[in-house]
Amino acid sequence: MNDKLYKIILFVAALIMPIVCGGVVYALVTDAYDAFEHFGFLKFLSSSEWSYTEGNEQYGALPFITGTLMTTLLALIFCIPFSLPVALFVGEYFKGTKVASVLSTVTDLLAGIPSIIYGLWGFYTLRPIIMVLNISPQGSGVLTASLVLSIMIIPYAASLSAEFIKMVPNDLKEGAYSLGATRAEVIRKVVFPVAGSGIFSSYILAIGRALGETMTVTMLIGNTNNIPNSITSTGNSMASIIANQFGEADGLRLSSLIAIGLILFLITALINMIGKIMIKRARIA
Amino acid sequence: MNKLKIKHRLAQDRLMLWGICLLAALTAVPLLAILGEVLLRGYDQLSWSFFTEPTPTAYKAMKAIEADEPIPGGIANGIVGTMIMLGMAVVVAVPLGILCGAFLAENSKNRFAQFVSYLTDLLQGTPSVIIGIITYIWVVVPMKGYSAIAGSVALCIMMLPLIIRSTEETLKILPASLKEAGLALGGNKARVMMKIQLPAAFGGIFTGVLLAISRVIGEMAPLMFTALGCSLIRFSIDKPISAVPLLIWEFFNDPNLQELIWGASLFLLLFVLTLNITAKYIAKKWNQ
Repeated sequence: MNDKLYKIILFVAALIMPIVCGGVVYALVTDAYDAFEHFGFLKFLSSSEWSYTEGNEQYGALPFITGTLMTTLLALIFCIPFSLPVALFVGEYFKGTKVASVLSTVTDLLAGIPSIIYGLWGFYTLRPIIMVLNISPQGSGVLTASLVLSIMIIPYAASLSAEFIKMVPNDLKEGAYSLGATRAEVIRKVVFPVAGSGIFSSYILAIGRALGETMTVTMLIGNTNNIPNSITSTGNSMASIIANQFGEADGLRLSSLIAIGLILFLITALINMIGKIMIKRARIA
Repeated sequence: MNKLKIKHRLAQDRLMLWGICLLAALTAVPLLAILGEVLLRGYDQLSWSFFTEPTPTAYKAMKAIEADEPIPGGIANGIVGTMIMLGMAVVVAVPLGILCGAFLAENSKNRFAQFVSYLTDLLQGTPSVIIGIITYIWVVVPMKGYSAIAGSVALCIMMLPLIIRSTEETLKILPASLKEAGLALGGNKARVMMKIQLPAAFGGIFTGVLLAISRVIGEMAPLMFTALGCSLIRFSIDKPISAVPLLIWEFFNDPNLQELIWGASLFLLLFVLTLNITAKYIAKKWNQ
């Protein structure tokens, strides 16, 4: 095989990516077009009605956008108090020791558990606990979904943050130690400022994960098509409304669901792009 | 005064250490809780027939529950379906992913390669439910029906970016002298790639493939609009087919079959975690 042929083969293989991604955007846009044309783009985004009575179909994405943003934000808030200590444990306090590798195996395994099993666990274990504690009568809702979601994103946030914490140069830390700083002070005054943008970007990528998580949220959020008015009320996320209704939908409803898919795709693409750019910058700095 | 301040600072330091250890240890709790629950509740469902028989109908299961007998049947249809779809996806995704990864590693400065690399990230971050919608539009609609082919296309699209990334990254960390030595001996680029670089990168690529498999095997969202599910053991690829995660979802939604959830989950969980641990082990061995 000569060099030219080799180059051509590799090039053709690499073409698969533009073809697939272009196809994704093309298919989503053409199939969502009906819904946007019928309701108007802004109206579709801001309407909170979702009814499929024949003759008077009304579809709007607002309840699901709100549901997705609420679950994602709450999951992020619940995840930080655990993922940050894990990152410090692995990347600073016990760097390179056996305990640290055990803990990173634990988080790796957490990342490996299929989302449907997280959903089952949330449904059969966490939901009864929430009912017993009288937080919400039906047990499922935004809060339950976000709690499980937060466990699911801990590994992503923790392992990447740990990587950036490890990269903090030793001489900076030693400088602070030699001035008499305690370890807690070194972490607050040296490690966080230096690794900060990297840690921040790892949380952005974790948000990207949480936004698109489907089955766990579908099983736990309660699946009602309203804007959740408190963190304990039920709702639906963009991914869960698609999972719930795509199989039985046709016509305008199908198009509306695909439109929601397109919005979700654009949001995750944007979040991931921001995260990746920040990571690149943090690595160079 | 000064002494008090130092004491305060040291106490703060100790508090932080213990706080971090405590919170970090707490993250193991959900893992143990999930493993424990699935193991305890799924353990007695595992039997020979659980792996060799297809799912029972809701009616049969209801009869068995009324007669206070264990529900007959198992998840053989799901296992067969998962294997068929996964097999087809691997056959396409692995060679294509390796070639594409090799392209990215060879041309890292090239504009087009940077674009492809960006798209790989984009596809990797795309929620699985959207891959499901896309495959529905691409395959299910033109073929006028749900099929194993559609399911495997969805899995293939999900695996590609993972395999591309691991190939690219492993090839990039190989010492440049390896490639140069091959070229100096008179091998052309293709020969050096096939005979030297890819074999040297085998461990990393293999780990990537295993992780990609373990990532998609538990995926349910892309299969529900593509493979749909089926209660028979089927080998035809143009008909609806079942998969283990699809079965779990089915059991979850059918009160008569709920007993079967945990056996199926236990099987899926053990399979995925074994793949994960094997991948990590191979990566470690290869790096030494």
